[in-house]
Amino acid sequence: MSATAETVEQVAAQAAERYKYGFVSDVETELAPKGLSEDIIRFISLRKEEPEWMLEWRLKAYRHWLTMSEPTWAKVGYPSIDYQDLHYYAAPRTRERPNSLEEVDPELLRTYEKLGIPLREQELLAGVVAVDAVFDSVSVATTYKAKLAEMGVVFCPISEAIRDYPELVRKHLGSVVPQGDNYFSALNSAVFTDGSFVYVPKGLRCPMELSTYFRINAENTGQFERTLIIADEGSYVSYLEGCTAPQRDENQLHAAVVELVALDDAEIKYSTVQNWYPGDENGKGGIYNFVTKRGACRGRNSRISWTQVETGSAITWKYPSCLLIGDNSVGAFYSVAITNNAQQADTGTKMIHLGRNTRSTIISKGISAGRADNTYRGLVKIMPGAQGARNFTQCDSLLIGNRCGAHTVPYIESRNPSAWVEHEATTSKISEDQMFYCMQRGLSAEDAVGLIVNGFCKEVMKELPMEFAVEAQKLIGISLEGSVG
Amino acid sequence: MLKIDSLHAEVDGVEVLQGIDLEIDAGEVHAIMGPNGSGKSTLAHILAGREGYEVTHGSISFRGRDLLDMSPDERANNGVFLAFQYPVEIPGVTGMTFLKEAYNARRAHAGEGEVDAMQFLKLVRARARELGMNDDILKRAVNVGFSGGEKKRNEVLQMAVLEPALAVLDETDSGLDIDALKVVSDSVNRLRTPERAMLVITHYQRLLNHISPDRVHVLANGKIRRSGGRELALELEANGYAAYTERAA
Repeated sequence: MSATAETVEQVAAQAAERYKYGFVSDVETELAPKGLSEDIIRFISLRKEEPEWMLEWRLKAYRHWLTMSEPTWAKVGYPSIDYQDLHYYAAPRTRERPNSLEEVDPELLRTYEKLGIPLREQELLAGVVAVDAVFDSVSVATTYKAKLAEMGVVFCPISEAIRDYPELVRKHLGSVVPQGDNYFSALNSAVFTDGSFVYVPKGLRCPMELSTYFRINAENTGQFERTLIIADEGSYVSYLEGCTAPQRDENQLHAAVVELVALDDAEIKYSTVQNWYPGDENGKGGIYNFVTKRGACRGRNSRISWTQVETGSAITWKYPSCLLIGDNSVGAFYSVAITNNAQQADTGTKMIHLGRNTRSTIISKGISAGRADNTYRGLVKIMPGAQGARNFTQCDSLLIGNRCGAHTVPYIESRNPSAWVEHEATTSKISEDQMFYCMQRGLSAEDAVGLIVNGFCKEVMKELPMEFAVEAQKLIGISLEGSVG
Repeated sequence: MLKIDSLHAEVDGVEVLQGIDLEIDAGEVHAIMGPNGSGKSTLAHILAGREGYEVTHGSISFRGRDLLDMSPDERANNGVFLAFQYPVEIPGVTGMTFLKEAYNARRAHAGEGEVDAMQFLKLVRARARELGMNDDILKRAVNVGFSGGEKKRNEVLQMAVLEPALAVLDETDSGLDIDALKVVSDSVNRLRTPERAMLVITHYQRLLNHISPDRVHVLANGKIRRSGGRELALELEANGYAAYTERAA
């Protein structure tokens, strides 16, 4: 039918310009020379005015990294990365870290406004969200810092925490994700440049959502952020990160490490809306997102939940995990991963049950369209001491079109006979009947897909903080544009 | 309002409609009756723009426009509504969200602004009240776990909210017990207006005891074999479709 053909053309036209965060900011940048060596690491450490112990820590990680090789077990394919052809440090050229927003380069502020991330506090959502903005290798602004400090909450760039809270950082950095945990975490430990640090004191329910916004701007630059969140006894914190990058033809590397520590009765809710540039329809460009995220439920009755909406990146390699150490601790993983065009995602979680009566829930929703590949890979491991451990896993895959793939690879290892592990998996397609029903009621093909997919993801979306759920819903629609026709 | 002229259509190379002529004016209710496989549902689907049918000859004009040149959503936004024989499940999407999207799509098409959730809720409640229904089914995921009666009631409620110019009811009576049939057909009757045309497709006469048509057409083997007033339905009830299918064979 000609009308259908026309719709397909319109959609194709939209698809070409659908990544609205693809602009480049004209900010004068200080770059480290390309390549990776001990000298480069010293350069980074010097720029960050780090204490000696931090430099030693980095060098140790680097030396370990040199002995390792890149993992190949994930179901993703990409040309080998030349680690000597990257810049490991890029910073907007300013005199000092600004003390107030008035000192921040106006071009940077405009960048964040364009991204919909207002950094001026009065513009923020009536004090419910505090933002740390990371631009390439440095944190450019942290809002509501003073207000949070009054309550005893530390929310600052990790480079600042290394200088101002060395005891806390030394004690916890690398305690959840050791330097040599994997290839990318070792690389990150050697060269990480910035990221956020959060400490919530005993018994405090942090009244604001804490949020970090990551932006890669400079060309040929790796972004290696490091985030460390510590929730002391009986505290609660909800943290959200968002990510975007300019549209560039070459691939950019992003290898982050996130560590969470929850002590007795503490709870950490960590949400991610990841919208790195995914590359064009043919798979040119886009971010390689190789990330290690892990939380340790150290204390009794502690809770950690990971909620992620992954729509971006050319390749996603990411398994936010929980170590359930404390008795009665609870881990959760709620994930929506969308791949379209030539995107590849190999993502899932690891739930390691060590303590008694530990519980975990995994809800994974994978959506593939175009020629994309989407793999859920998850490990549930019950150690001998985890008496009465419980896990429930549900993996649903949705296919759009007939050239994409969905794969579910669950690993279940139980070493305690009292454990109870459940795994459910489904694979479905958006049916012609559903599309026709929606369109008969007046929805365009794109809106119909967006609606059906949002329905499919509902169990995960409802876990997102309210302020971001609407945004995430729209994002799902946008990332699937051009997937029907 | 609707003028179908010598419509021929094929499915997988088999001619299922062999020259349909039909004209419906605003305010009229026409019934199409026919045995299984006569092409009734095909006609409904072609009117709504479902893919998989090839129109080989003929034309359909709707409010002066070429209907066949429009995509399914364009047709809907121009006032064509199909009450489905088998309403489709959309897990995780509440009826309220679904219907609000549809309603706002229509408004956007008409160059009007979107309504927000509160305004829409008020509107839906008012419409439901007029039909003597409550809006509880709209709180559940669209058609998921609905009984036959709930599915059809939901279709009629959607129709009431979207206010189409032309409503095509495809075997709305199938799968309904007597009580549900009465509720649904009472609602349809309340939606009869001088501006709205309706095409009621059914196998059985019993629906027409509740919804009284202005014209009845007998469709058999892809062609309208006879047209008449409501008495034709009663005659069919008494004698069956045999005379029409044999004639064609």
